[in-house]
Amino acid sequence: MNAARRALPVDDAPLLEAERLALEVGERWLCCEFSLSLAAGECLVLLGPNGAGKTTLLHTLAGLREPTVGEVRIGGLPYAAWPALEAARFRGLLAQQQPDPFAASVLETVLVGRHPHLGRWGWEGPQDVAIARAALESVGLAGFEQRDVQTLSGGERQRVGIATLLAQAPRLFLLDEPLNHLDLHHQIAALELFQRLLREQGTARGSVLVLHDINLAARYADHIILLDGRGGVIAGDRDAVLRADLLGQAFGHPLRRIEHEGRVVFLPD
Amino acid sequence: MPAVALRGESRLSPAMRRRRAPLAIAAVLLSAAAMALLWALVAGDLPVAATDVFAALAGAEGMGATVIRELRLPRALAAFACGGLLATAGALMQVLLRNPLADPYILGISGGAAVGALGAMMLGAALFWVDVSAFAGALAAMLLVFGLAHGDGSWTQTRLLLTGVIVAAGCGAAVSLMLALAPDTRVMSMLFWMMGDASAAARPWPALAVLALALVAVMPYARDLNVLARGELSARALGVRVGHLRVALYVLASLLTATAVTLVGSVGFVGLVVPHLVRLALGNDQRVLIPAAALAGGTLLTLADTAARTVMAPQQLPVGVLTALIGVPVFLFLLSRNPRGTP
Repeated sequence: MNAARRALPVDDAPLLEAERLALEVGERWLCCEFSLSLAAGECLVLLGPNGAGKTTLLHTLAGLREPTVGEVRIGGLPYAAWPALEAARFRGLLAQQQPDPFAASVLETVLVGRHPHLGRWGWEGPQDVAIARAALESVGLAGFEQRDVQTLSGGERQRVGIATLLAQAPRLFLLDEPLNHLDLHHQIAALELFQRLLREQGTARGSVLVLHDINLAARYADHIILLDGRGGVIAGDRDAVLRADLLGQAFGHPLRRIEHEGRVVFLPD
Repeated sequence: MPAVALRGESRLSPAMRRRRAPLAIAAVLLSAAAMALLWALVAGDLPVAATDVFAALAGAEGMGATVIRELRLPRALAAFACGGLLATAGALMQVLLRNPLADPYILGISGGAAVGALGAMMLGAALFWVDVSAFAGALAAMLLVFGLAHGDGSWTQTRLLLTGVIVAAGCGAAVSLMLALAPDTRVMSMLFWMMGDASAAARPWPALAVLALALVAVMPYARDLNVLARGELSARALGVRVGHLRVALYVLASLLTATAVTLVGSVGFVGLVVPHLVRLALGNDQRVLIPAAALAGGTLLTLADTAARTVMAPQQLPVGVLTALIGVPVFLFLLSRNPRGTP
């Protein structure tokens, strides 16, 4: 057990690697073979039209789906080599939907994120509650602890989901449309929050985001994977992928690239 | 931001404050269970003082002691075990299907048991064989639903729910057919079996043992259930082995239901409403909810069964009717106090 713990993760290994990855759903290939590697401090954004397979790809990167071809590794090891709870301490997923079939307080919901850190008989202690409260505060929900999640607005519920992920405290954040339901201010606040976490000294964190907003991707991504919905994948550094012609082809709508005060924005024609 | 703080304050649920005292909850529920069992031993045609009850349990001689030990105690314990089993099974089913409307019977377990039991009754089988047949029917329904729902490996909860509901409907039709065809002399006892009847339950200990074992087996995984209740995808990402857990939940909830139904027939209401009662009062932490539901379910059914045999004595009422008559007002009262309106 101890030996296994030392072996996970492999020192100096990239946070996330995908090797010759290809995904097939039904009879349709979502992406042809491609490879990626995400180092600590880096942010990767998945872009693509509806149904292109961004979520499927993200779930595969999260180890929740077997790739049709190729291998996904986190911390240098394939998911099969990771015990489930250890993997849950290394990578965390913000799902696209946050179902709440039963009433529960916001604090209880965020504390669910502490699950992989507690033993079989463990009960959330004051330290876990402190972590959960800090997570709520960092998404601007301080004072919401006792609210019922079923009474929250969509944006508030989404931020509770982000806080739950923060309480899980993984090194690799996998976020499926993290800006869903968020207003402009909270969209930027959420992206800034993850950027701050990635740049924090002494940590080695990375993030993979599914986004729909090309301009936010241009602002926050280090790398981009662009799925065109027909099996084509363009992966690379931000500036190599974010070209008006490539984006226009992938999204099926012409775009114009505009530089303004050092920032690049894309406007649909 | 005072407005936000105020809003948060007004929403402070009593459940959250009470959640912090699991020991106090356990004490209250245990004493309620003890009181219910004591009442079950004291009440009846033959009046017995509470002190005599303890003497009888300690092994005293005499008519009253014999009635308590050999009639009232097995029956009270059977009702308690059955209520506990059904409430626990209901709580597990609600997490498994992530559906607040799920109850232990929703996946056809009681339907299978009813087909088995009523079939045996129709043939005039002895009580023992009715029980065996009921248990076999429940297991058959469980395997059928599992096999059909798991068939292509997808095992989604909609598929499970639909398969279970359809199998239950099929069993319901078979039961109606048997009731229509059965000789008049047997229809009454068949109807009583369907509504639940603890009067013939002579051996409560196996069911109590099943309940205790189930609680011991579930408790280490109760936090996993909390995670599973938030959605399968998130649960898997949080390190819960969802596939194994769901199969285990399904098998366990089915076995608990089969045990309860075999012991006293398909008592309605307990399995659906007790988990909700507990959830309204104590919140949805399965580590508190499951043991509390077991105790509360046992208590409710013991009370209902004692009332069923004393209220209109010597006429015996079907206990399932009493559980609903007691449970419905209690549930509506708790619901009306709860501003959220969602159990």
